[in-house]
Amino acid sequence: MSRSVKKVEGITRESTQAMIDKALEAYPEKGRKKRAPHLAPNDQSSGKACVKSNRKTVPGVMSARGCAYAGAKGVVWGPIRDMVHVSHGPVGCGWYSWGTRRNLVSGINGVSNFAMQFTSDFQEKDIVYGGDKKLAQLLTEAKELFPLAKGISVLSECPVGLIGDDINAVAKRMSKELDLPVIPCNCEGFRGVSQSLGHHISNDTIRDYIIETREFADEETPYDIALIGDYNIGGDVWSVKALLEECGLNVKATWTGDGEMEKIAATHKVKLNVIHCYRSMNYMCKVMEEKYGIPWIELNFFGPTKIRESLRALAERFDDRIKDKVEAAIAKYDAQMQKVIAEYRPRLEGKKVMLYVGGLRPRHTVGAYEDLGMVVVGSGYEFAHGDDYDRTAPEMPDATVIYDDASEFELEQFVHALKPDLVASGIKEKYVFQKMGLPFRQMHSWDYSGPYHGYQGFPVFARDIDLAVNSPTWKLVKSPF
Amino acid sequence: MSNELGLTVKPVCGISPEDEKRVAAWIDTEEYKQKNFARQALTINPAHACQPLGAELAAHGFEGTLPFVHGSQGCASYYRSTLNRHFREPAPAVSDSMTEDGAVFGGQNNLHEGLENAVALYKPKMVAVFTSCMPEIIGDDLTAFIKNARNKGVVPKDLPLPFANTPSFNGSHVTGYDAMLLAILQALTDGKSVEGRCTGRLNLLPGFDANTGNYREYKRLMAEMGVPLTLLADISETFDSPNDGTYRLYPGGTPLADAADSINGKVTLTVGPYATNKTFTWVKEQYAGTHVALPMPVGVAKTDAFLLEVSKLFGKKVPESIQAERGRAVDAMTDAQQYMHGKKFAVYGDADLLIGYVSFLLEMGATPHHVLCSKGSKKLEKELQALLDSSPYGKTGKVYVNKDLWHLRSLVMTDPVDAVIGDTHGKFLARDAKIPLFRFGFPIFDRVNKHRVPIVGYQGVINLVTEICNKFLDLRDETCDERHFEMMR
Repeated sequence: MSRSVKKVEGITRESTQAMIDKALEAYPEKGRKKRAPHLAPNDQSSGKACVKSNRKTVPGVMSARGCAYAGAKGVVWGPIRDMVHVSHGPVGCGWYSWGTRRNLVSGINGVSNFAMQFTSDFQEKDIVYGGDKKLAQLLTEAKELFPLAKGISVLSECPVGLIGDDINAVAKRMSKELDLPVIPCNCEGFRGVSQSLGHHISNDTIRDYIIETREFADEETPYDIALIGDYNIGGDVWSVKALLEECGLNVKATWTGDGEMEKIAATHKVKLNVIHCYRSMNYMCKVMEEKYGIPWIELNFFGPTKIRESLRALAERFDDRIKDKVEAAIAKYDAQMQKVIAEYRPRLEGKKVMLYVGGLRPRHTVGAYEDLGMVVVGSGYEFAHGDDYDRTAPEMPDATVIYDDASEFELEQFVHALKPDLVASGIKEKYVFQKMGLPFRQMHSWDYSGPYHGYQGFPVFARDIDLAVNSPTWKLVKSPF
Repeated sequence: MSNELGLTVKPVCGISPEDEKRVAAWIDTEEYKQKNFARQALTINPAHACQPLGAELAAHGFEGTLPFVHGSQGCASYYRSTLNRHFREPAPAVSDSMTEDGAVFGGQNNLHEGLENAVALYKPKMVAVFTSCMPEIIGDDLTAFIKNARNKGVVPKDLPLPFANTPSFNGSHVTGYDAMLLAILQALTDGKSVEGRCTGRLNLLPGFDANTGNYREYKRLMAEMGVPLTLLADISETFDSPNDGTYRLYPGGTPLADAADSINGKVTLTVGPYATNKTFTWVKEQYAGTHVALPMPVGVAKTDAFLLEVSKLFGKKVPESIQAERGRAVDAMTDAQQYMHGKKFAVYGDADLLIGYVSFLLEMGATPHHVLCSKGSKKLEKELQALLDSSPYGKTGKVYVNKDLWHLRSLVMTDPVDAVIGDTHGKFLARDAKIPLFRFGFPIFDRVNKHRVPIVGYQGVINLVTEICNKFLDLRDETCDERHFEMMR
């Protein structure tokens, strides 16, 4: 991927390194040593990660990371709408992750979708005597009360793995007894270093328990694809699915936003997997490639520039019928997007953004900000791996700061130094920066807005960035007294 | 590898519209309710969280205090984001990020490294340590770990380091708050009891109360009364801090010196007898002065009782300004009573709040019909029942303890009510029942500023009346036919 080196005025490798060194000064020696390799200036032309990643969090620094359970419940399994997802263990984990990711679903709550909080609500006696019996009983109760559920996932919380329960055996037995897929997912929160392992474990359970257990009833076509790694935050899947269909493709399954268990189980029959969030679902794309020979393509649906590139790359995989439709869609929507840009870009031109998110956003959204004339001056991930940072290097301007698993302290230091016009990060960071009088957008949940994906999403994104940056409320922060 | 369950391969069939329609009707029936109430192992939509969340809230109520989760890091992120969403405020807290090796070797190294980093970066005046599940199950000995931390010089000698065991498989956010508050007060008051000293102050324990407006209301009322107040603990500045362009890590909280001296207080009063059970039991043994437990002052009668008690204990008359406030509250109630009289409510929440809701509704001539506590005791059940029995408007009321919001859904679908009082989690059942939900509890993720509007005291009465009655009036305007759409209501 050749492209020109992007520069930001006033930012050099030296200035960025000096900023990093200053932030590290406050750490005790051991902490400093551990954190230093996670912070570095970007080397755009290298196309390689400049930081270390996917390492244990340094204790006590105020990391924003979650856990394996969060990756399994919140990201991969939770959005599958027609399954009952049991948070197996004490009451808290399921309660905190109940409706807090904004993975929207179709269907009727409690009837055909189960976006609710199911838990075994472990008590002391379950810890002492084990929870397997309780699990077997609650699975029976769930099937009786929710007869249309297509399956049940059992998502282990920390205690389950520590007390030696065998949820896999219970699941196997109860699947037969109930004639219903019961999927055991050993995603205890203490496993791994972040939510990332939860994604991986969940992908593995899809591989081991779900895929190949269903077949599409309608005939196969050359245009059958699956949309992978889109979680329908604020309706993202609905935007992208409609666009892909307009381009002549049959979206047979969505993983896992507004997902249906049966369609996911039959995905081994599609012709191409289109993946958006590489981090959370590359595993199954690779499995399907190796096992069923299904190729996959990694695309970016944020902002017209990236959507255009993505659709054209996608069209290359198909015949002229698709190519024509793709060009027609680009022609139609690009004109609309130019109007959006014409409206917002004058108000956002040259504004600086700092990103700190997860998944795909710290690289995939860069182009959308650039479409609006903005400059991204820092980016980083909560739970990325080296391959994510490899993919980030060419997207970010040269010498800008890259941070992995940043502590709140580091983010504060960088914001003070870089003085961005917008910080785009998560709920835990939002109010910290807003108290500084800094415009902010939550970029995990689209700040209760969305969709941001596809052509339906960009006008919403542009409007939201404008309203955040240009809200008159920021002018009131400084008191006249 | 695949299909490890040995399932028969089936075609994708989806859910048919007929099935969906049939089941949608079925889950609203009495038959379904019976099945729903028969379940024993599965909890669906519980109205309570786990202990450490409450522990974090208590820690935020003290000056310069950094909450510290000993356990998996995901836990800390969950508590923090819950508090962020409810208050729309920062909630700085750290964790020591225990992982698999912690399960094998114990969490002492994590704790010590975490304390060292946290103290260096965030310069707290106190670190309040509490546990999530993992260290509780592997049997970490916090007493020893913390002693070792001091001996090794990991933390400054004089830094208070209270710790609480708050496993999530016990109690709820309410008991976790209690446990942390107790640990903090034990640590801060250690050796501070002075024979014969009396601070002349009122120590007030609100318990787990996530309404910053309530704290401000307590402070205002006591200032009007001329009673010096120490809130144990005060989250009002922490979670309702001004935006003036400066981020403050520790924007408020009860001064540590005041908390330390609270052991020499004149009066220690809890307005959350259920929520501060353990702390108050200890206070009664250790604290000087008078100890009183009163219900949360929600509604006129409970506010009267609160003010009369303070007035008696401090020998201060309830000032005219507050008497006038009472008069205004009663005026608001008499003016608006027709809009609430006879209306049936489903109410759920934490114990002390529930007693408040029920008491207020009965005062308005409304009926608390389904009263549900997702984590309650026999004692609570009895107290609520007695309260219902005390009024002709409570005759049809029934109390359900240790039931969840999926039970409550069955109740409101089979035995309808006019409205629900609870928190954001009740919005699905309220929508299904096509009735309004009043969010006075915790958490509130989908409305703004509710945590700034007090529901205690006489001002709280006016706020409750205003919100509830106006909603019913809005509904009438929105739903009446053209001929009955009138200028006046």
